[in-house]
Amino acid sequence: MTIFDSTTLSAAGITAGSATGAAAETRSNIIEATQAAEDAVLTPKDAGAFPHALRAALAARIANEAGENDLADRYLAGAGDMAGLADPSQDGETEGLAHVVAFADKAANHTREILAEDISTLQAAGVGDADIVRLCELVAFVAYQLRVVAGLRLMKGAAA
Amino acid sequence: MSRIVHKFTRTVPQWQPRVTPVDLQEATEEQLDALSVTPSNTKVSAYVLTLAHDVESLKVRSPLFNAIMYDPGGMSRAERELGAIGASMVNRCIYCAAVHADRHAKLEKDAAVTDELFAKGEKADLNPRNRAIFDFARKLSESPVAADEADMAKLREAGLNDEEILDLILSTSLFGWANRLMHVLGDPVREEVSA
Repeated sequence: MTIFDSTTLSAAGITAGSATGAAAETRSNIIEATQAAEDAVLTPKDAGAFPHALRAALAARIANEAGENDLADRYLAGAGDMAGLADPSQDGETEGLAHVVAFADKAANHTREILAEDISTLQAAGVGDADIVRLCELVAFVAYQLRVVAGLRLMKGAAA
Repeated sequence: MSRIVHKFTRTVPQWQPRVTPVDLQEATEEQLDALSVTPSNTKVSAYVLTLAHDVESLKVRSPLFNAIMYDPGGMSRAERELGAIGASMVNRCIYCAAVHADRHAKLEKDAAVTDELFAKGEKADLNPRNRAIFDFARKLSESPVAADEADMAKLREAGLNDEEILDLILSTSLFGWANRLMHVLGDPVREEVSA
């Protein structure tokens, strides 16, 4: 495994020997730590209320909504029977997860509009505080990773 | 009584969680380890105690955060803070914006840039290099991402090299993460001073 096998650099199409790849090598510790963080939110030992397949599906959903389809497909590989949720037009009603999906969408895409009520709505639906934190970490990490991928792709495109 | 802070400020507010943080007395070994709690260090913020609910994420996130913001080389500390501020303004994370505007002002020994940003937002009067950095950070933080080839070209025209551009992408994106914890899981508050 090198940093060029990481989800972040592969999804952005950054290869060894390119100018952007050389820059990434100066921050190889960060690329490696990003992969460790991805593993911690997608496949944690203690998944709480969110099994690995559901986490993968929600991550793919957020990446799809952002137009990061290559990254979304990588997440989707782990989504199993939850794969339907990766489609942003599905509201999660069928899976009994409408409250989780609505919250993830708002936290990912309309962050500035989040209110205390969005958290109390989850609590009222029976989501425990530890699971609310787990859900936020998942959404927040994906928001980070998709922006690193988008930025790297712009960097690569601009390289002579 | 405390009130919620709604305006951007460099005066760092308190952070009040919307969920119940982990109780240190009931924390597991793994949580205590991730919190770096030792007999001589038992002071942990409400924010970190909240994140301790997801200890596997907390453990990997702290070293990643420090590497992106503080590792030597590449972009200057102050310019990485500008990336953090751009993201925090887009996501209206008042707490994050305050902490990082305060750091920017201290690193630069000058509050002019953050005064201007908080007063005028994206219309702020900035020098060409800060302008290119702030605009890229702001657009990379939008949902969906609005940064494009022209914004990248402006970074190069302003003199940023590959290592600096990578650090800007990382610091801005990192705050896409931090804002979605801080702004979502809690409120920035200030104690009312009684007359």
